Amino acid sequence: MIRGEKKLIIENVSRRNFLQGMFSASAFVICARTSPLLATAARSGTPRAGVAPSIEGAAFHPGVYLGINPDGTVVIVAHRTEMGNGVRTSLPRIVADELDADWSRVTVIQGDGDERYGSQDTDGSHSVREFFDPLREAGATARLMLIRAAAERWGVPADQCVADPPHVVSHKASNRKFGYGELAALAAKQPVPKKEELKLKSRAEWRYIGKPAPGYDVDGICSGKSMFGMDVRVDGMLYAAIAHPPVLGGKVKSVDDSATLKVMGVKQTIPIDPFKPPHAFQPLGGVAVVADNTWSAFKGRKQLKIDWDNGANATYNSADYKKQLQETARQPGKAVHSWGEADAGFSKGGKIIEAEYFAPHLAHASMEPPAAVADVRGDKVTVWSPTQNPVGVREEVAKALGLKKEDVVCHVTFLGGGFGRKSKPDYAVEAAVLSKKTGKPVKVVWSREDDIKFDYYHSVAAMYIKAAVGSNGKPTAWLQRSVFPPIGSSFEKDSVYGSAGEMSLGWDVIPFDVANFRTENGPAAAHVRIGWLRSVANIYHAFAVQSFANELASAASRDPYEYLVELIGSGRVIEGPKGSNEETAKKYPYDTARLRHVAELAATKANWGKRKPGNGWGMGIAVHRSFLTYVATVVEVEVNSQGAVRIPNVYTALDAGIVANPDMVRSQFEGAAVFGTSLARSGEITATNGAIDQSNFFDYQLARMNDAPKHVDVQIVESDAPPAGVGEPGVPPFAPALCNAIYAATGKRVRELPLTRNGFA
Amino acid sequence: MVHLKVNGQARSFDGDPEMPLLWYLRDILGMTGTKFGCGMALCGACTVLENGKAVRSCSTQMGKVEGAEITTIEGISAHGPHAVQKAWEQVNVPQCGYCQPGQIMQAISLLASKPHPSDGDIDEQMAGNICRCGTYQRIRAAIHEAAKETA
Repeated sequence: MIRGEKKLIIENVSRRNFLQGMFSASAFVICARTSPLLATAARSGTPRAGVAPSIEGAAFHPGVYLGINPDGTVVIVAHRTEMGNGVRTSLPRIVADELDADWSRVTVIQGDGDERYGSQDTDGSHSVREFFDPLREAGATARLMLIRAAAERWGVPADQCVADPPHVVSHKASNRKFGYGELAALAAKQPVPKKEELKLKSRAEWRYIGKPAPGYDVDGICSGKSMFGMDVRVDGMLYAAIAHPPVLGGKVKSVDDSATLKVMGVKQTIPIDPFKPPHAFQPLGGVAVVADNTWSAFKGRKQLKIDWDNGANATYNSADYKKQLQETARQPGKAVHSWGEADAGFSKGGKIIEAEYFAPHLAHASMEPPAAVADVRGDKVTVWSPTQNPVGVREEVAKALGLKKEDVVCHVTFLGGGFGRKSKPDYAVEAAVLSKKTGKPVKVVWSREDDIKFDYYHSVAAMYIKAAVGSNGKPTAWLQRSVFPPIGSSFEKDSVYGSAGEMSLGWDVIPFDVANFRTENGPAAAHVRIGWLRSVANIYHAFAVQSFANELASAASRDPYEYLVELIGSGRVIEGPKGSNEETAKKYPYDTARLRHVAELAATKANWGKRKPGNGWGMGIAVHRSFLTYVATVVEVEVNSQGAVRIPNVYTALDAGIVANPDMVRSQFEGAAVFGTSLARSGEITATNGAIDQSNFFDYQLARMNDAPKHVDVQIVESDAPPAGVGEPGVPPFAPALCNAIYAATGKRVRELPLTRNGFA
Repeated sequence: MVHLKVNGQARSFDGDPEMPLLWYLRDILGMTGTKFGCGMALCGACTVLENGKAVRSCSTQMGKVEGAEITTIEGISAHGPHAVQKAWEQVNVPQCGYCQPGQIMQAISLLASKPHPSDGDIDEQMAGNICRCGTYQRIRAAIHEAAKETA
């Protein structure tokens, strides 16, 4: 049922052996090793790490994702990470739908890091997109085996039996019924059907897919029982806080820990080796303070006297670096993609309009700072981590301790936000290194200051765009260039150009009907760790392109919405650079009609054009396609004479193809508007002599209830197109829509984020 | 020695009087429903009730809570879900959920002083509680919902 998924290792295993080999004789289970951790934590008592129920204990389990017990309980594995994205609800409901399970009798358990599930990297807005088909097939496989088991018991053809009502197989002609639990043992003995034998439901038959549902864990969360990484407690555990080198690549010259060791509760200090470049997911190094509680570790760390060798990055000053990026963006760069003849287009004359844009580094600042527990026993390691990448945790811990990946178990906890930060397992490696050195389980706790100062930062970027405009106000030629230290710099020392992946995030094409187009990228060397943050390069790329479209409208004295829709033009498929993601492009062609449609929906809902902008009131619009989802956002602003920006309303429309859980999708887009507000208003990480200037929520401010958008309206296009991403695509259009609204309200153009750099607040 | 009550139960503490109440609850008592977010009373994830009023436990030293009655997220639902928790579930407020125990405790404190808060009251009273996932709109709706319930 999971055949065809390239990333699933079970392709290499005989299907039959895989399905049957791992399960007990009495239970029907579709699962691998799992930790019952989350299920118990969410639903009962004080959360403590421990042994939990697994699918292997179930009577029937054809595959890795589900099992059925003789009492009729269906256990479904959530193999992706829950961090507010709703996957512990939306993915199991896809399985439950094809299984015709009664959702109220489903128990969701969290999968450990295990290759047999397929990709567990919960980033890139993949979860539903990548697993919609495999999970439906998993459910349909089990349903067919249950039906065949019942047919065998009754001696009737299987096609006379149906799973109706849910959780029951019925033979209507003879009015006989078996519950799923009664059938589990017999179903386990059925041959596993081939994929071709499965009949997936039609859309009209869906019970759960596409229907709004509350979060599976909402009660556990609201009673404080859900176990986040920060909450893991194991017997005999020590707590550690680490003094990291203030500058990337710095090393300890000398340390005086005498005052630290006098702090009540502190046990010892332990040096952590600096990384070997490139840093990738290795710990930063420094000095750990190990104590019998978190507070003592924090207090002891303050007493350390460390003399640092700050290394080569101590020359990094973000103000100077900004000028370098801007200068590079003015020079010809590396061609990324083109159509028509941009140079010829410009040489034909017309009015030239050009603009430069700039967006700074950002920190993830998830509410739960990084934390992890590791317990090293000889050559076996158990890690509990809030992680978006549990197999990565196993790989990195094994590498650091000289073990095999198979020797490391990673239990996945709830994540108090992730946004890409928790894809990087450096903090889990720190816990493992310290557990090995102390011989005890160790919890590493990062403070908020650690989190802000030692992040894998969203990249800083400078963009330049130039257009030649004809007499009708429309561009005839368009050139754009972006420059930013790439994510690749975290993995390859000399990486200075954006990857094809980063270019595909809003820069290799534009959705506009422009005859001559060229897009370029210039080089930039990194001096801090660069990582991916919710929607990644789309943030700065969409900011530049969608701001520039608004500038063109203004230069043509046109209504920005009407101009934008004309710029998108008639429905057509936009081709990206050759060789990049051709399979994806085939399944998900970039269809401008869908983009235009969401723009129309958002503008209509916003009553665009009904009120004249100016005098401190205005609306702005931006469109952007990312993670294969089409989004349009209209932001309404009120700006007072002091420059304080209020956002009474946001209207978003999206086309993400089939959506698994519309209420969760709504949540993601409501949240994206707040995330967008934070980054646009005040999001900025700067550095002086290599050290990050910001440290906590007073100097890295996030939107709060009284300054976030008051109301976010979300419209979801009903579609039969394959599912696309929903966690990230709401973010990119927000900042340009906001800045375009501010322009409409005040006449002041924001070309550099955040707003606080422009006299707004 | 500090004496206090946590969720109605008498407790005593003779450790570092500078230890914040947050870490006493989490590490010493093992009550991890109260969350660590910033350590500077800037985000509200650690909110608990001290004698019925919301305080930031990350910035409340153990030496200052002698005689106090502390209520945590674990202590509000001894007799079934609290009206605020029910409203949270009804509106499906949480995304990641990490800040929500603090949000709920702050909302309980708000409703105790203003049983029928306006949007303005809510925005003002809840502004100290950050939600990075951005559930503010649903939090506001849930507080109005809970206010109906307790009317």
